[in-house]
Amino acid sequence: MTKRTVLDRQSIVVLCLLAAAAILVPVLNVAVDPGSPFHLSDHLVPLLGKYISFALLALSVDLIWGFCGILSLGHGAFFALGGYAMGMYLMRQIGPRGVYADPILPDFMVFLNWKELPWFWQGFDWFPFAMLMVLLVPGILAFVFGWFAFRSRVTGVYLSIITQAMTFALMLAFFRNDMGFGGNNGLTDFKDILGFPIQSSSTRIVLFVLSVAALAGGYLLCRWVVTSKFGKVLVAVRDAESRTRFLGYRVEHYKLAVFTLSAMLAGVAGALYVPQVGIINPSEFAPANSIEIVIWVAVGGRGTLAGPIIGALLVNAGKTWFTGMLPEFWLFALGGLFVFVTLLMPRGILGAAKDFWEWARQRMRSPAAPEPVSQAAE
Amino acid sequence: MARLRSILQAFVLLTGMVSAATAGPYEDALPKFAADSYSDTEAAIGAVAGSGHPLALKLVETLRDGRLMIAGSQVYIRDADGKSVDAATGQAAEPAAGAKAVRLNNRVRRAIEAALGGMTLLSPDAGTRLDAARAVFRSRDAAALPTLEQAIAKESDGNLKGALESARAAILLNKADAPAPEKLAAIETLRARGDQDALALLSNLPAGTPTEVTEAAAKAAEGIRSRLALWNAVQNVWYGVSLGSVLLLAAIGLSITFGTMGVINMAHGEMVMIGAYTTFIVQELIRTQAPYLFGASLFIALPLAFLVAGLIGILIERTVIRFLYGRPLETLLATWGISLILQQGVRTIFGPTNREVGTPAWMSGALEIGGLSLTYNRVAIVIFAFSVFAILLLVLRYTSLGLFVRAVTQNRRMAGSMGIRTSRIDALAFGLGSGVAGIAGVALSQIDNVSPNLGQGYIIDSFMVVVFGGVGNLWGTLVGAMTLGIANKLLEPYAGAVLGKIVLLIAIILFIQRRPRGLFALKGRAVEA
Amino acid sequence: MSAPITPALLYLDNVSVSFDGFRALNALSLAVDHAEMRAIIGPNGAGKTTMMDVITGKTRPNEGTALFEGTHDLTALDEAAIAELGIGRKFQTPTVFEMHNVEDNILLALKEDRSPFATLLSRRTARERERIDALLERVRLTGQRYRKAGELSHGQKQWLEIGMLLAQQPKLLLIDEPAAGMTDQETADTADLLRDIARTQAVIVVEHDMTFVRDLDVKVTCLHEGSVLAEGTLDAVSANERVVEVYLGR
Repeated sequence: MTKRTVLDRQSIVVLCLLAAAAILVPVLNVAVDPGSPFHLSDHLVPLLGKYISFALLALSVDLIWGFCGILSLGHGAFFALGGYAMGMYLMRQIGPRGVYADPILPDFMVFLNWKELPWFWQGFDWFPFAMLMVLLVPGILAFVFGWFAFRSRVTGVYLSIITQAMTFALMLAFFRNDMGFGGNNGLTDFKDILGFPIQSSSTRIVLFVLSVAALAGGYLLCRWVVTSKFGKVLVAVRDAESRTRFLGYRVEHYKLAVFTLSAMLAGVAGALYVPQVGIINPSEFAPANSIEIVIWVAVGGRGTLAGPIIGALLVNAGKTWFTGMLPEFWLFALGGLFVFVTLLMPRGILGAAKDFWEWARQRMRSPAAPEPVSQAAE
Repeated sequence: MARLRSILQAFVLLTGMVSAATAGPYEDALPKFAADSYSDTEAAIGAVAGSGHPLALKLVETLRDGRLMIAGSQVYIRDADGKSVDAATGQAAEPAAGAKAVRLNNRVRRAIEAALGGMTLLSPDAGTRLDAARAVFRSRDAAALPTLEQAIAKESDGNLKGALESARAAILLNKADAPAPEKLAAIETLRARGDQDALALLSNLPAGTPTEVTEAAAKAAEGIRSRLALWNAVQNVWYGVSLGSVLLLAAIGLSITFGTMGVINMAHGEMVMIGAYTTFIVQELIRTQAPYLFGASLFIALPLAFLVAGLIGILIERTVIRFLYGRPLETLLATWGISLILQQGVRTIFGPTNREVGTPAWMSGALEIGGLSLTYNRVAIVIFAFSVFAILLLVLRYTSLGLFVRAVTQNRRMAGSMGIRTSRIDALAFGLGSGVAGIAGVALSQIDNVSPNLGQGYIIDSFMVVVFGGVGNLWGTLVGAMTLGIANKLLEPYAGAVLGKIVLLIAIILFIQRRPRGLFALKGRAVEA
Repeated sequence: MSAPITPALLYLDNVSVSFDGFRALNALSLAVDHAEMRAIIGPNGAGKTTMMDVITGKTRPNEGTALFEGTHDLTALDEAAIAELGIGRKFQTPTVFEMHNVEDNILLALKEDRSPFATLLSRRTARERERIDALLERVRLTGQRYRKAGELSHGQKQWLEIGMLLAQQPKLLLIDEPAAGMTDQETADTADLLRDIARTQAVIVVEHDMTFVRDLDVKVTCLHEGSVLAEGTLDAVSANERVVEVYLGR
């Protein structure tokens, strides 16, 4: 009991399922005959990859909301910044193959009559630097934002609202052409990544497998964090912030650390998302997107690490299905989901499943007893 | 240009001298149109304008509209219906088959404008005279000077006389041979006029103007510039007050629900939207059933919007929110879900496009005060916002509902133990907040697009207002709304609309971190608990 | 301010706090010695909780001096720093980490490096386990070790919170109404426990229950309207005319 167990039964199930996905999806796509009902068509691979990157994003939100009680309504911003960092690398890879065939400047800069690459685009042609930025840009923003917010003890709905204002401000900024990130259209028309053509099915399979690996890695990292004493302090902050403070913990440092870590995870999710969907634009910063992430977490079950993964996959699969079949009803369904989950399933699918499991076990143990055995305190 | 003007002046002088003769300059000028060369046409315009002939005005107007026909040496005036008269006699006559319209270019058009200005300066209609004075002011055509002097002498209306005098000043300043004292007097006239046009005239004197005149003009221009800057600032403050009123309307209901219940109602914007759609429905009904009521449509819509939005608010409170008290973050998510459902519901019923909400006649037009232009619909919204604020203040201060709401805001537990049925107060306060959002929607339907997304545009701004002003304090909301509105409009000229807004959002984020409970925060132990 | 001004462990002088014109503390002065137990009594609104807020750094006084160990200025430090100095606080309503089990509650309170980095990498040691064993024994929760704190009875939560305070190894314990909601037996046990603690550490107890205060048998300070009304033995304070008038009743 006192030994720290990073790998419990639930984690092993999650990791096995992820490993199965990483093996099955490529096999069903490549090895199974296209005529077979088990064949996974080419367009589904990046779609599934997108879901996986969303799952990582949901995990990052759960880490702060489920375990530390910080409800961020601006996590889409960190996701989008990670995505933009990746997009800038991919833009630089286009090189002279753009419409205007400028060897250095991306098309939109030529279009805006810019003569040279702005300073903040320097270095993004080098993959390791771009990957560093995927982590650092969201991380630094989260650190600066959190440093101000947590130090002055902005909590609860106030914090939620200013995170929303943050992503809203960023959206307005990125819509501007002179910000140098392609304005409205964002970054798109990517050609290749590390020399591999981005549209080819083999690249997409590799990207999918990498996304699954990143999700598994993110899961293990979160698991390691929440099972440590650090994780126990986070839960303590969530449940009784001032008690934690009077015990001598600097709550703001803990919040800042976990907020920054979470933002970096969201950045990685964004970087995986962009090459698979082929575009990043300012609408990713829209406040509505950030709130949607929260509902993925709530549906799956916050405060559990498997919950957000389940929630992100289910809600997004539902979204794809609805927007294909009944586009009118998607917003009704999503809105209804928000109300339903908060009112009737506050612990999400995993919580409900756990309750059901407990209930079933009780019934199994005492089938004769009509009343549940009262649990007297010893 | 200078050459052209001198030719024109020569013609005017010439025609002015012979204007008394019977076989007049009008008839002499007609063949020049027939030649259809730009310079001839221009000269002819001057001649006709100075002729005083009864057909002269009609001829020049026809020329302007491109309907002056020529066939050989004959000139015909064709009206908009296609009927023609002989320009020389005024008798109805059809031009020959090969007739064509006299060609125009920009130079000719300017000559036409100047000529028309001169000819209409003496019109018996005051409006026409004013238009003419303005046309002459713009054209600065010295040809109009004699008529202008005549008009000034005759004019009795002070306002019109001013317009005519500034037109004369404009001409004099650009007339190379006008004596310096006259030019200085002209500068004085323009300085008194003091608008953008006067400034443009003063800062673009023709070359060869005497130094004393240029110096006086520069001084006058400086004076005008600083006065204009002042008016400009006042105008921006007005825009700010106007935006602040819109924010106040949108945020004030939110302030009540957030203040009393600590509930973040993300569907608040949709209540505004529902109010706007209520206005739309009322207007549709009036259009088909009782068009004579259109002027009163907004007044009919106000109570209805309050009721519709208020009832929906109470319904939301009773079915969803009351199960979530004490869990503000969950309330936030649930009301967001409700807002999605309401948006999609309206989209399904009314369609995704903007619906047309009309503006009653009494709300169109603008009030001009000095350098200010206040459109009536904005004035109405400012007055309306402040009235709503005052009424709410009175309701909260003097009614028992207000007393209970304030009691619950300050200390829910204590209010409950004093026998106030807090859950009923919650429902009523939520209904009140939503109803106020509904009437805000009636006002916003006048200045914004009525679409399912109407509410989304206001929700973040409203939260910023409430959070900035301090929760549970209507005065805080007022100050917050006005500060943000005015700051936004004052920043716009320097930073642009988008950047200004970003700057403001960042400022508020920093502000909340300095004062996490807003400008007018409640203090004390109750808040900490 | 390097040389101690006062030999007292806790020294409050002329401390005033006001909220929007309401004076919660009015020139309050109080001194508590090392390993002294002090009982604070007084009617509601007398400023007892506000005084604790000032001592623990939750509220900044408008004026006055608050010194700990003669050198540390409590008015300039935040909650975490004051807790590190060795002041522990138990709230009026028991506040424990309900989702954590009893053992983790104590573990989080143990006097160790509290920086995020240290907690992230920390590993449970045998010494920690011994400390937890001893503390659980002392607050009689050994049998509840793996139960969630939220499932404990009210009295058990009070004791767990006191156990957490002890785990911090503070020099001064502030204890707000420890007997509230306890059975008579639990109340008597709590008094025993507090007397035991006070042998090595200073304790300030705020309490309404006069029987409990009598059980403690220590010096009593009576607060009223934010300042000290009377101070001395319980009998002396109870005999004070003003105290009877404003608090005890005739």
